[in-house]
Amino acid sequence: MRTRDLTGDSTQVVRVPTMERPRVNQSTKMSVSDLAVWYGEKQALHGVSLDVYENEVTALIGPSGCGKSTFLRCLNRMNDLVPGVRIEGEVVFEDQNIYASEVDVVELRSHIGMVFQKPNPFPKSIYENIAYAPKILGQVRKRTDMDDLVERSLKRAGLWEEVKDRLDAPGLSLSGGQQQRLCIARAIAVSPSVLLMDEPCSALDPVATATVEQLIDELKENYTIVIVTHNLQQAARVAGYTAFFHLGNIVEFSDTDSLFTHPREKKTEDYITGRYG
Amino acid sequence: MDKVGLEKHTSKQFDADLEDVREMVLSMGGLVEQQIADAVRALISGEGTLGEDVVQGDTQVNRMEVEIDEECTRILARRAPQAGDLRLIIAIAKTITDLERIGDEAEKIGRMATHLASYDRPKSAFRQIEVLGRHVREMLREALDAFARLDSEAAVRVAQQDEDVDREYEGIVRQGITYMMEDPRTIRHMLDVLWAVKALERIGDHSKNIGEYVVYFVEGKDVRHIGLEALEKEVSQSARRRRDGE
Repeated sequence: MRTRDLTGDSTQVVRVPTMERPRVNQSTKMSVSDLAVWYGEKQALHGVSLDVYENEVTALIGPSGCGKSTFLRCLNRMNDLVPGVRIEGEVVFEDQNIYASEVDVVELRSHIGMVFQKPNPFPKSIYENIAYAPKILGQVRKRTDMDDLVERSLKRAGLWEEVKDRLDAPGLSLSGGQQQRLCIARAIAVSPSVLLMDEPCSALDPVATATVEQLIDELKENYTIVIVTHNLQQAARVAGYTAFFHLGNIVEFSDTDSLFTHPREKKTEDYITGRYG
Repeated sequence: MDKVGLEKHTSKQFDADLEDVREMVLSMGGLVEQQIADAVRALISGEGTLGEDVVQGDTQVNRMEVEIDEECTRILARRAPQAGDLRLIIAIAKTITDLERIGDEAEKIGRMATHLASYDRPKSAFRQIEVLGRHVREMLREALDAFARLDSEAAVRVAQQDEDVDREYEGIVRQGITYMMEDPRTIRHMLDVLWAVKALERIGDHSKNIGEYVVYFVEGKDVRHIGLEALEKEVSQSARRRRDGE
């Protein structure tokens, strides 16, 4: 990690490919190997492996209950808090298994940010929504630096022009689409390198959705993005790579163009053409 | 991947939409086939009025092309088809363009038939034209069958026949040149005949294209401009994989 060495002793990771991977020359940002998750007795993920490519958008699609959100939440250990959860396998981020015991989860999440389905701004001002995390993480101390950071984050999230005259207004006074962009601004304020998005547009109207999708397109220059979406068209529009999940396994992972024009697997074909179930 | 089908969408209306547009393509194909048959008959037997009918009939072919195009646009807009469904719509949109062109070639032949109605024809040359006409019609029928049955191997057989058609065409041209050298007074008529023969040869090419769209739809592979040998290889590999999978 960037600020602190969390590795302890770095063990060589031996990767056993469990499925055909797209042949690309892209560098891998996160590498998931044989990830298995149980909620109590119920197994939600059956040992899935996936490489997340740097500065790319990877979409996770699949029917409800297929494990795609579970997978996403494992990427920054959001599942740790679920009672009765058991997680096996490895998620390697910057040469470190994030499930190693010495990993500081708060620190980890500042590198791998999350945006949720429903916009969830803090009940604070627009300014405070952005400034809160950098402040408590001690990343920014001077007021002028903070002003810069707030402006930069809001600009990156494409919200600055709309809110620059009312930074003291409550974040909750914004429209749904604006709130979601505020949450994205908040997520990028702590300089993560990966952004996880769990159906970020499902509560938004088509215009706000288009704005957020445009934002995702711009953000991928600086961030690696993993997005869960129920909207297949959205996956087709924004993602460079798409993984299709079914019953806790990855059925197919390939570049989005191939997956949506000639998928290799019958199950993928059936799902994306609306023949599922 | 398993062989693609058209049915079993959760939305039954989507199944029906795809089935409808597919039926429309097949009936357009049937009409075009009839146009070729009539045009060739008019040419061989010198039935000027039948040639005229073929020329008139082309408007119906054109109308069907526009209708199917509209239906494809509607499906693209409303259903946003994916994967096999998307390939079907793309294949249909391309297929009807070739069918329309075949219709134009038939119209050309019909027009030449009218011109040549009073011409005293050399029997042997026209027999060869009849054979060529039957051959390209078979190619078209087989291409449409391949489309109806989603059969990429049958589509390959269409491409294979195109080489024979090209040879037959060359033979007729050579013979035409001989006639014209022997008797320059025949040149005017022979040119009309050769235009018609060229039109038949083009119908073979368009049928081959339709076969290639079938392969694209069924296998998800673009096999245009790769040569017959590569095409045969691609399709037989996929067919083998499919059989092994079953």
